Amino acid sequence: MSVDVAPGSILVLFGPSGAGKTTVLRQIAGLDRPDAGTIRFGEHTWFDSAAGIWQPPQHRRIGLVFQEPALFPHLSVEENVRYGVRYASDRRRTRVGPLSEIATMLGVDPIEKRSARRLSGGEARRVALARALAPGPQLLLLDEPFAALDAPTRTRLRHDVRALLHRLGTRAVLVTHDRTEAMAMGDEMAVMIDGRVRQVGPIADAFSHPSDAAVAASLGVEAVLPARVTASSGGLLTVAVAQMELHVAEREPTPPGTDVYACIRAEDVTIERASHPRASARNHLPARVVAIAHEGPIDRVTLDCGFKLDALITRQSREELELAPGAEVIAAIKATSVHLVPRA
Amino acid sequence: MDWTALWLSVRLATATTAVLLALGIPLAYWIVFSPTVLGFYVLIAIGPLSPVGRAYTRIAGHGLPFTFEGLLIASVLYSMPFAVQPFSAEFASVDRRLLEASWSLGVSRIATFARVVLPLSVRGLVTGIVLSFAHTLGEFGVVLMVGGNLPGVTRTVSISIYDAVQALDYRSASQTSLLLLIVSFVILASTYSLQRSVWIKPRH
Repeated sequence: MSVDVAPGSILVLFGPSGAGKTTVLRQIAGLDRPDAGTIRFGEHTWFDSAAGIWQPPQHRRIGLVFQEPALFPHLSVEENVRYGVRYASDRRRTRVGPLSEIATMLGVDPIEKRSARRLSGGEARRVALARALAPGPQLLLLDEPFAALDAPTRTRLRHDVRALLHRLGTRAVLVTHDRTEAMAMGDEMAVMIDGRVRQVGPIADAFSHPSDAAVAASLGVEAVLPARVTASSGGLLTVAVAQMELHVAEREPTPPGTDVYACIRAEDVTIERASHPRASARNHLPARVVAIAHEGPIDRVTLDCGFKLDALITRQSREELELAPGAEVIAAIKATSVHLVPRA
Repeated sequence: MDWTALWLSVRLATATTAVLLALGIPLAYWIVFSPTVLGFYVLIAIGPLSPVGRAYTRIAGHGLPFTFEGLLIASVLYSMPFAVQPFSAEFASVDRRLLEASWSLGVSRIATFARVVLPLSVRGLVTGIVLSFAHTLGEFGVVLMVGGNLPGVTRTVSISIYDAVQALDYRSASQTSLLLLIVSFVILASTYSLQRSVWIKPRH
């Protein structure tokens, strides 16, 4: 596969456990050697089996962060952060100027004398990130680095890392099987299943247009819609999706102006022939039936309501509503059924 | 009391340990980190042992037997597993991700070994040192075979005791034995207590 990743952007390598994501990451890092093929980064060839080229990890100018922080336990925080710096060439060293800036943005004291052994999980991840970024790598490789953290710490770190990569203009590859993490952090996404990359593209495209059923299954059944919070009042958010507005129950404080993905499961979309003003659902979207697919006793009705949305209904309901492609209907969605993932 | 023999044994044990430290670290490094996995016992059986024969012949040809140097070479080979095994076991127990993290930070394999593996292997190094020292101090058969029994040159303390027993001089034998016991005990006890207090490596 070949992907263009803009400076400061993140490529998500997404897929279920055992899909081969970590293997690919280790081969990019130079820790494992593929049997055949090529690995290129920009104008650099890191591996070419035909030409017999193999660059060891030391020559690839990468930063690497594992699931476990893997800090050097016999060194202090400062020594860990500076560990790779003196090996950077002079040209790179000029880029190392922002070492203290990197550390500060990650909330790490760059002259911390404490032993790396005494850190909490979140602190250790921050030091591991600072250590990987301090020598000024051209590519940062992240292997589910936040998986073992509690949710608030994870959310904060995702945000800090994304902001830092933007600031430094450093590209990154993030391995994850967590779709929320993929959405929160990714710009581009490659979906891997059974050791093969099945789809590559901007992250919203992959979610809204899975290339095949296996990709769709691995991404989950939800519609994922790029959206923006426009207003907030009384625990109810107003979210702009395409030309439409959705009302969404506010589960976590999300200020207006926040870019989000709105996720809607097909099971949670109901179809009405005419709007019932007194129904409990907050969202009633005029829609047109685009297609109907039979999935056993359930029918999958694809709707166009300014964006593509699937609804799962029983065959009986479909027959009672006399649904057919082209029919004008109302898609009803409860405000509590829309799940928002803020972009980190 | 055969002070000369005891002094010789201590010298031999010290020299053997020093040589094993110099030889054992690269050997253990090679065993643990060489790309081809090589069984330790295979290495000991095939690697050093066939050179032993050749080295021994060469030594014999140059008239080295019955010298301290000849004894040292034999002693090093004899005690090698006692140094290399703890070294390599400790090297192998260092989390591999630490090495990979170091390599990805641009640090060469040898520098990574010096900056990460060795500092994290102090416990194994001390164990190897103590074991080879103690093993050499008490060795008998190899010394008798290779070294003989020349006072001040190859007569170690264990051979001195054996001699005394042969000569029915039980008093001298028991004195020397007690001394050897005390020396061994003091060395081992002090090394282990030092290791516990100063070099203890907290497990994480």
